[in-house]
Amino acid sequence: MIGLEVVYRLAGVVVAIVALLNLRDPTNPKRWRNAIFWGAYALSLLFGSYLPDFVNGCLVIVIVLVAGIGGLGRGEPKTTTHEERAESALRWGNRLFVPALLVPSCTLAATLILKHVHVGEAPLVDPKNVSLVALAFSAMLALAVAMVMLRQPLGAPPRECRRLMDLVGWAAVLPQMLAALGALFAAAGVGDRIAELLGHVVPWDNRLAVVAAYTIGMALFTIVMGNAFAAFPVMTAAVGLPIIVHRLGGDPAVMAAIGMLSGFCGTLLTPMAANFNIVPAALLELPDKNGVIRAQAPTALLLLLGNTVLMYLLVFRR
Amino acid sequence: MLTLLGVLVVVVGFALRLNPLLVVLTAGLVTGIASGMDVVGVVAAIGKAFTSNRYMAVGWLVAAALGMTSLGGHPQMVRPLVAPMAEAAAERQLDQPLPPSLRFWLRAHAAAADNIGLFFGEDIFIAIGSILLMKGFLAQNGFDIEPLAFAVWAIPTAVLALLVHGARLFRLDQKLATLSSEEGRR
Repeated sequence: MIGLEVVYRLAGVVVAIVALLNLRDPTNPKRWRNAIFWGAYALSLLFGSYLPDFVNGCLVIVIVLVAGIGGLGRGEPKTTTHEERAESALRWGNRLFVPALLVPSCTLAATLILKHVHVGEAPLVDPKNVSLVALAFSAMLALAVAMVMLRQPLGAPPRECRRLMDLVGWAAVLPQMLAALGALFAAAGVGDRIAELLGHVVPWDNRLAVVAAYTIGMALFTIVMGNAFAAFPVMTAAVGLPIIVHRLGGDPAVMAAIGMLSGFCGTLLTPMAANFNIVPAALLELPDKNGVIRAQAPTALLLLLGNTVLMYLLVFRR
Repeated sequence: MLTLLGVLVVVVGFALRLNPLLVVLTAGLVTGIASGMDVVGVVAAIGKAFTSNRYMAVGWLVAAALGMTSLGGHPQMVRPLVAPMAEAAAERQLDQPLPPSLRFWLRAHAAAADNIGLFFGEDIFIAIGSILLMKGFLAQNGFDIEPLAFAVWAIPTAVLALLVHGARLFRLDQKLATLSSEEGRR
């Protein structure tokens, strides 16, 4: 049976290549740091299932300390020039989108088909993780198609991958760290405590009040922290899971999906989300550094209201 | 109440713009120790939680595969393409150089459209960090949910975002049209 372990191996190999390319790049003054960061992550991906929990925890600490203190560097790997890209875009036109569109379409098709494929009695793919396995294979398929179609040299994908991964840097492991934090919060009973505190203010049996507390809480937390990913574990452990799902019987998928999107409304409103709101204002030479937020605010507020109504209508539909 | 120290660490750490990885690790250590674990136990618990969320790396497989066709983003798309196109279109409509305030307002809207399209559109695709975070968090709390389910429930908001922001941009367009006809009469 093909399960997540295969996905971990694939990702582990990719990240290991990124580590090696960094190690061999003399143009990056911090190449050792980059190599240790990606190397430790690759070890966790490749062997995490076999290592003791404590060793895995030490790998996490290495990843965080290397990236968090002193930071990662960036080499100057060669890539295509602006002219080459323009020429290629002109030559291929909309066909350039083919590999990119292959990923979602193949993932969807494979998810629907693979569920029903059996080898003997056993399912070919772990039924609990069909879509992630389908996604991994679709990505590999898209890569193969892009290689054949664009006739790039064999070295191009690892090189470009490494360039992208170094651009993303430490942010690449942030969602995974936040999910891990969410698990710790849950184990320590953080949600119960917050629910207790909020219980003095919010009438827990009023569905609309609870939904509004969750969606508006997600947006407010995101405005303070600048990141919906950080707000999600806190608000979901406090209101989403204990009250909406456990107490009032709401659907966890709807709760999470619309809750996260309520957080994104907060992202549109906060200068703390610098990458989205402040950096573009600078790039576009706006005299008002909050100009982008001003353009976004009416949409963000209307959508926060819309999300609250949508969750109220959809989460309790059973 | 000590269990809430971890939340405080997250809020203060992010608000002070410290490195988020450091903030999250510290919050984890603080939460574990406040709830009575020893240091080795906390490190192991963090290791276990991190390891069981490794499927989030699947998003990087997609990035790796599509590195050669990378699109989108403010420096790559909005600054060199979207904003100049919007300005040029408005200039042609008004048939004269734009007043600075209008020019900057159009630029801000070009960036805003990119953000809004990204935020409310991306969750329809399952390889996105936020979907994987939802799956991971809920799985840690005993709900095994297919990523596709989150993607499906993101569709109503995506449609709403298209309608709301589409209507606002339509009004912006009409405002430009009114401006140009006023100019014409003068």
